[in-house]
Amino acid sequence: MATDHAAAHGDHHSDRPSVYDPRRWLFSTNHKDIGTMYLVFAILAGIVGGALSGLIRWELAEPGVQIFWGLAEAGNLKTDQLFAIAQQDGTVKAVFGNEHSYNVAVTMHGLIMIFFMVMPAMIGGFGNWFVPIMIGAPDMAFPRMNNISFWLLPVSFALATISMLVPGGSMGHGFGGGWTLYAPLSTSQALHGGPSMDLLILSLHIAGISSILGAINFIVTIFNMRAPGMTLHRMPLFVWSILVTVWLLLLALPVLAGAITMLLTDRNFGTNFFNAAGGGDPVMYQHLFWFFGHPEVYILILPGFGMVSQIVSTFSRKPVFGYLGMAYAMVAIGVIGFIVWAHHMYTVGMGLELEAYFVAATMIIAVPTGIKIFSWIATMWGGSIEFKTPMLWAIGFIFLFTVGGVTGVVLANSGVDTVLHDTYYVVAHFHYVLSLGAVFAIFAGFYYWLPKMSGLKYSEFLGCLHFWFTFVGVNVIFFPQHFLGLQGMPRRYADYPDFGEFGFAFWNKVSSYGFLIQAVGTGFFFLMLLDTFVLRRRKLVGAQNVSPWGEGATTLEWTLSSPPPFHQFNELPQIAPEKAH
Amino acid sequence: MARTAAAVGLGAALIAGVAMAQTATGPIDGAIDLQPAGSEMAREIGTFHTLLLWIISAITLFVLALLLYVMARYNRAANPTPKKFTHNMTVEVLWTVVPVIILVVIAALSFPLLFKQEQMPADVQLTVKATGNTWNWNYTYPDQNVEFLSNPLSEEDAVAANKPYRMAVDEPLVVPVNTTVRVLVTANDVIHAFSVPSLGIKEDAIPGRVNETWFNAEKTGTFYGFCQELCGIGHSIMPIEVKVVTRPEFDAFIASKGGQLAAAPTAPATSEPAPTPAPAPAGAPGR
Repeated sequence: MATDHAAAHGDHHSDRPSVYDPRRWLFSTNHKDIGTMYLVFAILAGIVGGALSGLIRWELAEPGVQIFWGLAEAGNLKTDQLFAIAQQDGTVKAVFGNEHSYNVAVTMHGLIMIFFMVMPAMIGGFGNWFVPIMIGAPDMAFPRMNNISFWLLPVSFALATISMLVPGGSMGHGFGGGWTLYAPLSTSQALHGGPSMDLLILSLHIAGISSILGAINFIVTIFNMRAPGMTLHRMPLFVWSILVTVWLLLLALPVLAGAITMLLTDRNFGTNFFNAAGGGDPVMYQHLFWFFGHPEVYILILPGFGMVSQIVSTFSRKPVFGYLGMAYAMVAIGVIGFIVWAHHMYTVGMGLELEAYFVAATMIIAVPTGIKIFSWIATMWGGSIEFKTPMLWAIGFIFLFTVGGVTGVVLANSGVDTVLHDTYYVVAHFHYVLSLGAVFAIFAGFYYWLPKMSGLKYSEFLGCLHFWFTFVGVNVIFFPQHFLGLQGMPRRYADYPDFGEFGFAFWNKVSSYGFLIQAVGTGFFFLMLLDTFVLRRRKLVGAQNVSPWGEGATTLEWTLSSPPPFHQFNELPQIAPEKAH
Repeated sequence: MARTAAAVGLGAALIAGVAMAQTATGPIDGAIDLQPAGSEMAREIGTFHTLLLWIISAITLFVLALLLYVMARYNRAANPTPKKFTHNMTVEVLWTVVPVIILVVIAALSFPLLFKQEQMPADVQLTVKATGNTWNWNYTYPDQNVEFLSNPLSEEDAVAANKPYRMAVDEPLVVPVNTTVRVLVTANDVIHAFSVPSLGIKEDAIPGRVNETWFNAEKTGTFYGFCQELCGIGHSIMPIEVKVVTRPEFDAFIASKGGQLAAAPTAPATSEPAPTPAPAPAGAPGR
């Protein structure tokens, strides 16, 4: 059966081209090589996005504009002097380094983390690596399309990076309008007349094409290339999560593409889609954006749900509790995710009836999410839990995602959102579900599958240090931001008041210290990578090589060698009912 | 160290407290709850938020307790042989139905608050219009025929006047106490948002449309707010300062601005519920 098959394959790796052959990577049609490239890309983009968040926390550590002034070429102009100049001749003279640069950092931190870190890691990286293996397929359905899906991303990332460095308009270099690219700030010739925003639009177009091609590839693969006996209801939950995610991508991204194309023509070709003076409507942009944007946040978290399900089951040595409920909870979250978008826009003046509808629809999402949380706990209940590094990240995920989820219920209530909208409460909420949710899931998956992908065991000690420093650090960063938000600190402020009893200094300082703790944790991550891949001390051999996590790991990747053969399942495995999920 | 950037020292801060005379409500450094309420609406928001906080804290602690229990009871040492069950109809129904009940309770309390916020009261006695510009606010009293620009104080001016930089403005919005004030909100260039947390209002200022909201301040004093929608380089320095005064003081203020005094309490246009597409009042720079 499957195990014999793997053993037969483990011996001849001769068809695997050299790691140092650039053609292996540039022309790759191998899902595992492409998955590896996605993961490396995500780590590199994560360094850039993380560095930007470091600049943000550094700037906000104390009142006053320090860091972004320190970068200034414009000299010692204070913000209000810049305004005086702006009011005289309509331009702000700073080249780089003012509050606009802060806004650029905030914008690019968001875009990079979403489009170039979380999505490539989860869908491109783990999805490519393990969806074909988990369904018993030799590769993705369209291997060459898989190649172009990946290679569009560095191009897109290059455009986004260049966008930061070219003139954005009168305010300085780069685009500083937030990752949501709201019109008319993004279409304003007076404020963002430069090429920066156009480059960003093209960057997102290309990232979107990359994701849509990838989504088509996954849908076709999952629907058509399952091994005999691998029915939809026997697929591992990670495959289910990717299936739901790529459907969301396929349906949501074209809407974003349309919206940003309209931004492009508004900026360059005299259209007035979002220009009120020309009969357009700025709020329509927000509706289009969030029709994409809300499914997008589920795109970021759903693969994490899938990974956490696999990991919790593996390390509890117990099958997933309520498999069908778990799978269809994700389907429900995906479907409802398309009809709640305007809860991002409660304050635009959309009218009572619409707001009431979006309040109700949004709160419904708490039900399938609750089912997932409790099912994970029920999976552990009665199990025999081993606290290896991936399990630490997964349990951390479950708790922190709960914290982020319940503050989502608070924000769903438009009446309360009146005081919390666009404050740090929202920042805390979405970092709890994404930075502490999605990123924890990514690290859980990374430690879980690292031995499978490399054939090398990482250091549990360094993995634990990485987890604990990150766990403490991110909580110190983001929990105080709830307090800042309750006191009304607006998002995207480069500086805040500080006068007598008034201000936001204390919790901002605490939050910035948290970044230092988290940065130490990230340092351990890179130490772990060095330890694993440079020293190569722990090669997996024998039974450990096939299934290092023992009897709890039941999905098909644990029937192959580590690393798996360059081409697996030349003879398709037969899936017996009891082998499923 | 962090607290001394704008304040010149403890003495100055004390003098500032005296100089500002009336109570000032704004973000308190180090606080962990909502700002003190300056209106019935803000208080109701606070009460509802407190209730939600109890509910979500209970849920979070429940999940934490379950996690700690399974980690202690079902780890490899305590339970070497895992059970194999994968279904339990009772708990599955429970963890679906109980959250639904909790959400219905939350919704039942949430909708009345939302309705109250979104429905303009019948007793509107004053209309003010706030127009966002890059980067200051323009305030209009259409019925009193008063209009002025509200600019943030520069850092030097704020220090000289002993007022909070990035909160204080040269010309605050002045409204009478215990009066239902309708606020029309729009913008000239990009989207801004008019927000005063302690009065329980936040409304986006969007070019080409006039949004409306309302508040009724319960006490005199200064209430600080911020622009809450990213609007460019000056986003963090277009604060909102609302000065709530007694009716005679308000009349004096309108008079000092050359406005029409008597029109204030009895203006027919403002005593009825607002028409939905609010027309741009005369003299406003909006489109």
